[in-house]
Amino acid sequence: MQASAVDIRKVNKYYGPFHALKDVDLAIPPGKVTCLIGPSGSGKSTLLRCINFLEEYDSGEIRIDGQLIGYEAPGRKMSGRKLREMRRSIGMVFQQFNLWPHMTALGNVAEGLVRVRGLSKAEAQARAAEALAKVGLADKMGNHPARLSGGQQQRVAIARAIAMEPRLMLFDEPTSALDPELVGEVLNVMKTLAGEGMTMVVVTHEMGFAAHVADQVAFMEKGELVGVDSPGRILHHPEDPRIQGFLRTYHERNSF
Amino acid sequence: MFSIPVFLQSFEPLFWAARYTLLISGLGIALGLVIGTLVCAARLSPYPVLRGFGGIWVSFLRGVPLLVQLLVFYYTLPVIGIDVPAIFAAVVTVGICASAYISEIWRGAIAALPRGQAEAAVAIGMTPRDVWMRVILPQAFTLSLPALVNELILLVKASSLVSVVGILELTRASQAQAATTFRPLEVYIAAACIYLAINLCLAALGRYLEHRTAV
Ligand SMILES: Nc1ncnc2c1ncn2[C@@H]1O[C@H](COP(=O)(O)OP(=O)(O)OP(=O)(O)O)[C@@H](O)[C@H]1O
Ligand SMILES: [Mg+2]
Repeated sequence: MQASAVDIRKVNKYYGPFHALKDVDLAIPPGKVTCLIGPSGSGKSTLLRCINFLEEYDSGEIRIDGQLIGYEAPGRKMSGRKLREMRRSIGMVFQQFNLWPHMTALGNVAEGLVRVRGLSKAEAQARAAEALAKVGLADKMGNHPARLSGGQQQRVAIARAIAMEPRLMLFDEPTSALDPELVGEVLNVMKTLAGEGMTMVVVTHEMGFAAHVADQVAFMEKGELVGVDSPGRILHHPEDPRIQGFLRTYHERNSF
Repeated sequence: MFSIPVFLQSFEPLFWAARYTLLISGLGIALGLVIGTLVCAARLSPYPVLRGFGGIWVSFLRGVPLLVQLLVFYYTLPVIGIDVPAIFAAVVTVGICASAYISEIWRGAIAALPRGQAEAAVAIGMTPRDVWMRVILPQAFTLSLPALVNELILLVKASSLVSVVGILELTRASQAQAATTFRPLEVYIAAACIYLAINLCLAALGRYLEHRTAV
């Protein structure tokens, strides 16, 4: 059996007294797409953000390619420098895009290459242009985010992440803030990435994407990881009544 | 009756005095920017002692009238054995007072930025320094420009208060002029024209900067 790209073991996270993640165990296989689904407030974003330590987990272990993230050893925090080094190879895409509005599309993508990877400005811009072309935005490089549609902004955000040549990509509801007609263009870029063998963890409410692109689907509820299996088994033949209930609500809401 | 020649003649001596007005508000805002930035940094720092100090600094200086601050500062220095020119005391007091407002202007602009922008920078591995210098501050600066220009305009007007420590700035000079010429109307209208001209220029400068830095 192949080693996991991300190994999450017995992770707990508290917000004050609130127990947001409860003994979560999950293995993310390399080169595969893992979708994280579940009702609102179940802890999907929290878990995703623990993977690159944007959110600190309180106990348990998260290992990226075998290396513990956030801590040197249990209870002892990792240095900022080492954490930044680990984050360099983990791309993240947010629901709200989070582009930097004072920079052009090209500037947004080149910034990390210059500041974090230490490339020269010219080289960074050349690579940024490549990444933007890859997400179909070769003709929008000079635009500021305010001059781009939501779908285009999210594709710039994806380009910003992939330009850093990450080993792992995290997506937190990348299409939830988009008008329905713009969802497709973003999902297509993600499918292409998946086809190239990128390791991806995707929090999503797009069950179609989960069904067709995911290699495994994990279901969360109330801070617990209830089940993880192939999309077919989780989405079409769920055994756990909590998953059945969630899917029933989902289908009712989406039928008309 | 209003005499146009007297009105026009009042300008020359007032221009001299207006230089002090400009000097005090110009140096005052410069000092205010430096101290205000430090105070804002203290208020946003993770250290409770610094945050507390910043908070007290701001509430104290915003809660006491500039006039009283001037008098306190001016009369305290000799008591503790420091002998400085009145103009120095005036600039420092105006600068310290402005720092409280400027630190709040910065803080408001920084708080107005969506948190996610900094998170996106942290997520690709940027250092805290780069996050501030490349993502937060350039935008906060643009956002706060109108408020900063506004603060400068307020300072130009508030600088009339430094006349209490004996500096012959624009307002004090017009009082003197009015007393010797017995033509208060012409003199004060001339002074008003100079204040207005200065502040219209500043407002225009503000609009220009805003336009230039707008995305
Ligand atoms: N910074 C925080 N402080 C306190 N509670 C928080 C914080 N962030 C999240 N929570 C709580 O933790 C729980 C899990 O939140 P999380 O954002 O992970 O849910 P989610 O599954 O991503 O939901 P959604 O589908 O709505 O995005 C929620 O109940 C939320 O209220
Ligand atoms: Mg969420």
